[in-house]
Amino acid sequence: MSKDMKIAVIESDRDRAVGIIDALREDGWDDVVVLGDVTGLARKLAALEPDLVLIDLANPSRDALEQVSAATDAQSRPVAMFVDRSDDEMTQAAVTAGLSAYVVGELQPERIRPVLKTAIARFQMMSQMRRELEAAKQALADRKTLDRAKGMIMRAKGVGEDEAYALLRKAAMSQNRKVIEVAQALLTASDLLT
Amino acid sequence: MTPIRLNCGYVPLVDSAPLIVAQEMRFAADEGLALNLLRQPSWAALRDLLALGHLDVAHMLSPMPAAMSLGLSGPAAQIDALMVLSVNGTVVGVSTQMAQAMRARGWAGGFNDPKATAEPMLSALDRPLRVGVPFPYSMHRLLFEYWIRNAGAATPPNLRIITTPPPLMAEAVSSGEIDVFCVGEPWGSVAVGADVGELILPGGAIWAHAPEKVLAARRTWIDDNAEQVSALMRAVARAARWLDQPDNRALAIEVLARSSHLDVPLHALEHALTGRFATKFGAAPVHVDNFVQFHNGATNFPWRSQAAWIGAEISHLTGIDRDHAIAVAQSTVRPDCYRTYLGPIGVDMPGASAKVEGALAHPVAVASTRGQMILGPDAFFDGKTYDFGAGV
Repeated sequence: MSKDMKIAVIESDRDRAVGIIDALREDGWDDVVVLGDVTGLARKLAALEPDLVLIDLANPSRDALEQVSAATDAQSRPVAMFVDRSDDEMTQAAVTAGLSAYVVGELQPERIRPVLKTAIARFQMMSQMRRELEAAKQALADRKTLDRAKGMIMRAKGVGEDEAYALLRKAAMSQNRKVIEVAQALLTASDLLT
Repeated sequence: MTPIRLNCGYVPLVDSAPLIVAQEMRFAADEGLALNLLRQPSWAALRDLLALGHLDVAHMLSPMPAAMSLGLSGPAAQIDALMVLSVNGTVVGVSTQMAQAMRARGWAGGFNDPKATAEPMLSALDRPLRVGVPFPYSMHRLLFEYWIRNAGAATPPNLRIITTPPPLMAEAVSSGEIDVFCVGEPWGSVAVGADVGELILPGGAIWAHAPEKVLAARRTWIDDNAEQVSALMRAVARAARWLDQPDNRALAIEVLARSSHLDVPLHALEHALTGRFATKFGAAPVHVDNFVQFHNGATNFPWRSQAAWIGAEISHLTGIDRDHAIAVAQSTVRPDCYRTYLGPIGVDMPGASAKVEGALAHPVAVASTRGQMILGPDAFFDGKTYDFGAGV
């Protein structure tokens, strides 16, 4: 099957861009161009004439692509949101993975489908990594908050660490809140009062 | 009782205020709801997530439900507008170079004269005028193109519409990507503050009562979740009424600035919510009446006639059949929900669900379910009126 198709990837994060290109190359698509800078996006795309545009669902430049897709002047070829409108399953998979894609011109669905599958798999992996990184960061931040709150209670009440934590937990249970929220509230109140 | 959680998408703009206030001032909690306010990076992302069910409801540009239901924008979905969240609130501006070129062609400046502003703007450049708008299907674009088409300028319009995310609008002006912009506050004032642009008109000078944002949801979700829809509409209507009480505006600015939902600086919120603008860097501010409205003048009522006007304009932009566009657009507003769910809590209702758009040059008292309500002004700059009939 011929894979001569020009794919543009709009992604300003270099590592993510490289990841997508590698995944597409591995599966046989070589003609992949990355656009990192978002200014003049519509103009750059018109010059590049890609068959397919891949972009993170959360990329703020998506609205600029919408204009390309709504353009009616003869200079720009029509662009439609990628997925076959009837293919709800694939649309959901793409959205869950955080991928949006636009097809330019008259590409047949059977040619686009495998690209999308590869891209979805890659985006899923990247989203998963991003979620894990964020969860790790949050856990670390929560740990620090909790330690500071415990330290404050230990100093104020002259109790040990276990008892300080027990007090936090009791307050949280009686207010139907999470321990971390009570710890955060304590720090906020303390910052206000000192 | 555990509140019902609704996934509620919004784009961080001043006019998302009714949703933020509904949550932060506990109007939602009073109705047993918790609004999970999910900030969206673009209208396209918000649209896709709503269409595919990842969001329950959304703060949306008023032409989007019609554009989506017509299949012009994003995945196929039947999206309805439950109520209007805000009226007006946009500004038109030009780059400082454009402003100079316009002055050289006899533009006298000012912020309220659409007819005298069009010709100097259209004749200022000998190449297409590049116009930045936030989205292809936005009231910004509809108002701008309506103005240009009906201003009676001698120079034929040669426009190139360039969709630009509002936070990047000032940068696009300064880097020379666009010559003109139509955008919601605070982003016009940001361009003025950076001394890269001048404001030439408030959106209200083109249409005095233009529905700007709506509260939208999938039709199937609306039909299947009457209780949630009703609770949500009550909470948002109360938040909107609270926002339009002049005494609350200062507190509203505080609430919006302090909540984590917008990352807009305090002073930028003030321009929009007090209606006082510097149109040019360093100039004394001017006051604009009704710059943005959240409740008064039956703002929240989803008029079928407003939707019809939107449908007619979409037909102009895209060339799709006018009657079809109007019929579909009219089917996407839900005065039935508005009457059923908000009538019992004492929200005043107009006698009909359609009116002649553009007929009121001044505020006028009309008959309503509770006696009389004040409507208008809702005039178009060219004095035209639009009667789409009473509708269904």
